[in-house]
Amino acid sequence: MVERHIWLSLFCHVVLLIGAAVVCLPLYFAFVAGSLTVSEVQQVPFPLVPGDHFVENTVSAWKEGDFGRLYLNSIIVTVGIVVGKLAVSVIAGFAVTYFRFPFRMTAFWLIFISLMLPVEVRIIPTYEAVADAGGPLRSFFGAIGLTGFLASTTGYQLEAALQWNMINTYGGLILPLIASASATFLFRQFFLTVPDELCEAAKLDGAGPLKFFRDVLLPLSSSNIAALSIILFLYGWNQYLWPLLFTTEKEMYTAMIGLKDLIPVADAQPAWHLAMAASFFVMAPPALVILLMQRWFTRGLVDSSK
Amino acid sequence: MERDGFLELRGVASRYGSTQVLSDIDLSIAKGEFVALLGSSGCGKTTLLRLLAGFISPSSGEVKVRHRDVTHLPPDKRGMALVFQSYALWPHMTVAQNIGYGLKLKGVARAEIASRVSAMQAMLGLEGLEARKPQALSGGQRQRVALGRALAIDPEILLLDEPLSNLDARIRLSVRHELRALQKRLGITAIHVTHDREEAMVMADRIVILNAGRIAQHGSPEEVYNRPASAFVAAFMGAENVLSLNGHPDGDAFMLQAGPANEATTVQLAGRHLLPGAVEARFRPEAAHLFAKEEFLPRRPGVAFRGEVLAVAYPGGHWRHVVRLGDREIMADAPQAFSPGMRVAVHVPAESLFLFNSPTS
Repeated sequence: MVERHIWLSLFCHVVLLIGAAVVCLPLYFAFVAGSLTVSEVQQVPFPLVPGDHFVENTVSAWKEGDFGRLYLNSIIVTVGIVVGKLAVSVIAGFAVTYFRFPFRMTAFWLIFISLMLPVEVRIIPTYEAVADAGGPLRSFFGAIGLTGFLASTTGYQLEAALQWNMINTYGGLILPLIASASATFLFRQFFLTVPDELCEAAKLDGAGPLKFFRDVLLPLSSSNIAALSIILFLYGWNQYLWPLLFTTEKEMYTAMIGLKDLIPVADAQPAWHLAMAASFFVMAPPALVILLMQRWFTRGLVDSSK
Repeated sequence: MERDGFLELRGVASRYGSTQVLSDIDLSIAKGEFVALLGSSGCGKTTLLRLLAGFISPSSGEVKVRHRDVTHLPPDKRGMALVFQSYALWPHMTVAQNIGYGLKLKGVARAEIASRVSAMQAMLGLEGLEARKPQALSGGQRQRVALGRALAIDPEILLLDEPLSNLDARIRLSVRHELRALQKRLGITAIHVTHDREEAMVMADRIVILNAGRIAQHGSPEEVYNRPASAFVAAFMGAENVLSLNGHPDGDAFMLQAGPANEATTVQLAGRHLLPGAVEARFRPEAAHLFAKEEFLPRRPGVAFRGEVLAVAYPGGHWRHVVRLGDREIMADAPQAFSPGMRVAVHVPAESLFLFNSPTS
């Protein structure tokens, strides 16, 4: 039941407006800072009205940070994360929901427990695993004596051949981030709401598991996938720690790292106006995605009856 | 009753964990026969249907179609189709896609699928709806799409899992007849699970009544209605009035002793087998005849009981009375009302009085 009362709706609007103001105030000051010149931005007290250098600052920040390249990197990495996460989690959700195999629940709970471990906690082992992806194979072949055998008989250096370093590659930026417990969990919960009769009807029609997955489950989860891909886009675009650790060459930076480089450090020119202007175009893609896709987003979150 | 055994179940049993859901199911169904599996919820009728469809395997026994053992074949290899209670239509597919999906999976050519789908639509009165999604259909239309999907793959056996229970009461009555007419026209063998006695009576050639996982009785609707094999079947088929009497067989008749509400009398056994001792007498409210006590003249063979009207109501078409006979209360219908407190005679014709030996307790 929706209450309709003039004072109540007035009150609701006031609360909403205050909330919106609290959220938007920092953005406003970022905009003000981004529109000033380098000397104006250091004034005390800080000016409350914007200046007229916003476009100019944006252009010079874009050039200074080489954001054309960084944007491309960010888009590749973000799309890779979105697609990879969706693919892995929808298949994992399908497996734990529809198949009875040994240790199924163990697998599910392992996935679920890993929900509680954010990437920051496991950053060092993850770094080690991705920076030296050939390592486990090397030690395996070393342990079984194949390395020494090959070196002594053919002179072939297996150790040298099994170097696989993913630092400064798109693969290295994407792969560690695509395993997703929360998305797997979400798909599992959605699949549990799909009536068993649909699965049985598919069996009667002679559809195997993959046909059922492709012809029934995927189309049914389309709105979930749309909503999730929006969340994952924000997640991927806003990745900070991992790209920071894992990229050493400027061409492989993501936009987020480029923005971090624009933030003035001690003893440098305090170019806050450039950093603030840049923050606007760095946050533009996720904002645009939200604006353009919010219809699918809310539908995916609300409409589970479909 | 040996039939030609198109579909045969031999000693089928099913257990779920430690619960025995079905036991000793022996059933032989002829080609083109319409069989209703009737029972209250939890009697195992749906389990039996799922077992026929191949979703579950029996713990023992075998299922044969045309003398071929299909007990362990997957659902799509049995030549059967199932109409689900919830219809289980694909929500994201159109009517035409729903009907044609099974054919598509069987690798049928696209043109043939299209012609088969439109034939199904024509047969089921779904013309013009091919592009609709299930959400945009009425309950009756959905039910017909589900039927179309089942029939499109040209099954030999059609399984129906309470397909009418989600329909409006009014539509349900007409769909009964449509479904039955369609089944006759196609000559398809149909097995219909229902808990609705009337539905089973109207539609089926043969009714199989299940009780606690066993077949309580099977036979034509008329047989199970007029000659129930057990007190359970009699009660399930509407003979809910129950009286305890005593008696013993005497030649072709059964001698009933005088009880708290009746005189001693005899009824013809007519082939029934009864042991001497306590018997349970069951009859339907509509089978009883009510008379004012003073005008009662026993004209027909049967049993007359003395009683007192406790309450009367008009459910439509006749008056329904609650009558106390001795220490029991029964229901009896009459074309005119007898007011509460009146002394009445309740006459139950011999053929409508079902007698069973009371379980020795």
